[in-house]
Amino acid sequence: MSMDTQPASLTATPIAGPNPIIEARGLVKRYGRVVALDNADFDLMPGEILAVIGDNGAGKSTLIKALCGAVIPDAGTIKIDGSPMHFSSPMDARKAGIETVYQNLALSPALSIADNLFLGREMRKTGPMGRFFRLLDRAEMNRLARAKLSELGLMTIQNINQSVETLSGGQRQGVAVARAAAFGSKVVIMDEPTAALGVKESRRVLELILDVKRRGLPIVLISHNMPHVFEVADRIHIHRLGKRIAIINPKDYSMSDAVAIMTGAMKPPTIGG
Amino acid sequence: MSDDTAGATLAEKGLASGEQEVASFEDSRHGPLRQLQGFLHSYPTAIPFIVLIIGILIFTVAAGTRFFAPFNLSLVLQQVTIIGVLGIAQTLVILTAGIDLSVGAIMILSSIVMGRLSVVAGVPVEISFVLGLLTGLACGLVNGLLVALVRLPPFIVTLGTWSIYGALIILISRSETIRSQDIAAIAPMLQWMGARVALGGGAILTAGSIVMILIACVVWYILNRTAFGRHIYATGDDPESARLAGINTKATLIGVYSLAGLICAIAGWVVIGRIGAASPLAGQNANLDAITAVVIGGTSLFGGRGSIIGTLIGALIVGVFRNGPALAGVDVLWQEFAVGGLIIVAVTIDQWIRKISA
Repeated sequence: MSMDTQPASLTATPIAGPNPIIEARGLVKRYGRVVALDNADFDLMPGEILAVIGDNGAGKSTLIKALCGAVIPDAGTIKIDGSPMHFSSPMDARKAGIETVYQNLALSPALSIADNLFLGREMRKTGPMGRFFRLLDRAEMNRLARAKLSELGLMTIQNINQSVETLSGGQRQGVAVARAAAFGSKVVIMDEPTAALGVKESRRVLELILDVKRRGLPIVLISHNMPHVFEVADRIHIHRLGKRIAIINPKDYSMSDAVAIMTGAMKPPTIGG
Repeated sequence: MSDDTAGATLAEKGLASGEQEVASFEDSRHGPLRQLQGFLHSYPTAIPFIVLIIGILIFTVAAGTRFFAPFNLSLVLQQVTIIGVLGIAQTLVILTAGIDLSVGAIMILSSIVMGRLSVVAGVPVEISFVLGLLTGLACGLVNGLLVALVRLPPFIVTLGTWSIYGALIILISRSETIRSQDIAAIAPMLQWMGARVALGGGAILTAGSIVMILIACVVWYILNRTAFGRHIYATGDDPESARLAGINTKATLIGVYSLAGLICAIAGWVVIGRIGAASPLAGQNANLDAITAVVIGGTSLFGGRGSIIGTLIGALIVGVFRNGPALAGVDVLWQEFAVGGLIIVAVTIDQWIRKISA
């Protein structure tokens, strides 16, 4: 790692201090002749909110999908807590403690809030009914769902059994975040959590993100919304042309600087590699 | 919002006022029509249930006790048994936003395998029965593999397998019907579904009707009380979301088509019970009638929405609208007319209910 130029920008780089939770090196992903990830690196430190910004087509989504198992990179390594991981599906990443709130939320509109919270990891009754007849423990799932939503101050949602499609956009986002926070033991990744929301609902979701951080979970936040990014992020990972070109501290740079680096109008502060 | 030169803050204010307009839109949900929509959204079987009651009332008025008598009503139940069992299988598939055009062919193929093996080939009836069930399971599995792994549209897959299973029916049966007397003599177990249970007042249930209700209970349990059932709904609702939420949608689809195949095989057993014989030409209308029952029962062809109870009610509606007009002395033509109208109304209502979140 050469840290020769603009050392101010490097005060928050991952090199010093504790070990990263997620450490990815040299990720490559090609779709035909399109190179979506070109030797991309990524570091997430414990307890931080790391924003990932980049122009459309810069490869943010592919990067995030590689981290959460939805895309298998052609090359490169991903380490979680220092141990190398190979995710071949989102389930693998979830087992490793990485929960993702997708931009489309990955909720089933016709199913209830409780069903959605436990989708793909339903709890069965103990004893023979659960073991032989696969009976779901609905009472326990409802109880936990209520507890998780109240923990995040989302109990304005009255009925845990109402279907998700009857909720507002912000409430749906809340359900998706609650699901991730409830099951994420290491990291929560959020893809454009405020993109589809109005001002008031965005505010609510940003508070939710800070709530999750206070509970000690580091968060990766992908967003196009610079004011939101600068409000909550501890560090900003700038992605351009398939790789990480800078990590900046939002306190040291202005929003327009970040946009300039992102679009190539400004020379990025050097990071190693 | 009118100020073009506004900065970010003003633009956000504009957004804020836009947001409030959306919010005020939501307030109009309290209108009576909206409330009805909300009610139907929560209780989608309400409409088929009301249609069934209305149908029964109309034909009771038109045909009197010829229609509304224990004997005739239990006859309707017997008449819809095959449609009902096939409809249960079809419901599972339609819940995944698929369709299975081959259910009728799987049913007949299974019944032919059971009948022919035991009567013509001399295989013990228990073994030929199990082989018949496995035939249905295998047919469903083929459908499921083609849909889930080869990723062909379910309509095309099952249109193809409908023909293929149909050809196998002719091939295996050699276009011969296994006669009722032969089955009764050699493999009476295959006719068990036709066993009659007399209830009071002239009502007669067959074992097939009871089995239909038992299958409905089991499938209801699977859909509502097991993780597999929840995954069926989620897969049909939004397959990509289901996959991202960690559901193995391919395994779910394969499981659904296979289970549907198995249920169709049981329907094949019911067919032998009902007509006594194992005929390659039996149940010609059952295929489309089953789809009709599912749709009238409120299950959405777009997947993710619907219920077994709805399908049973849908099957009863089909039965009532076939049986009632005949007894009321109405031209048979109008039976089909009424059923056709019901299908279109049912899908229209479904479309409307689905717009609740828009």
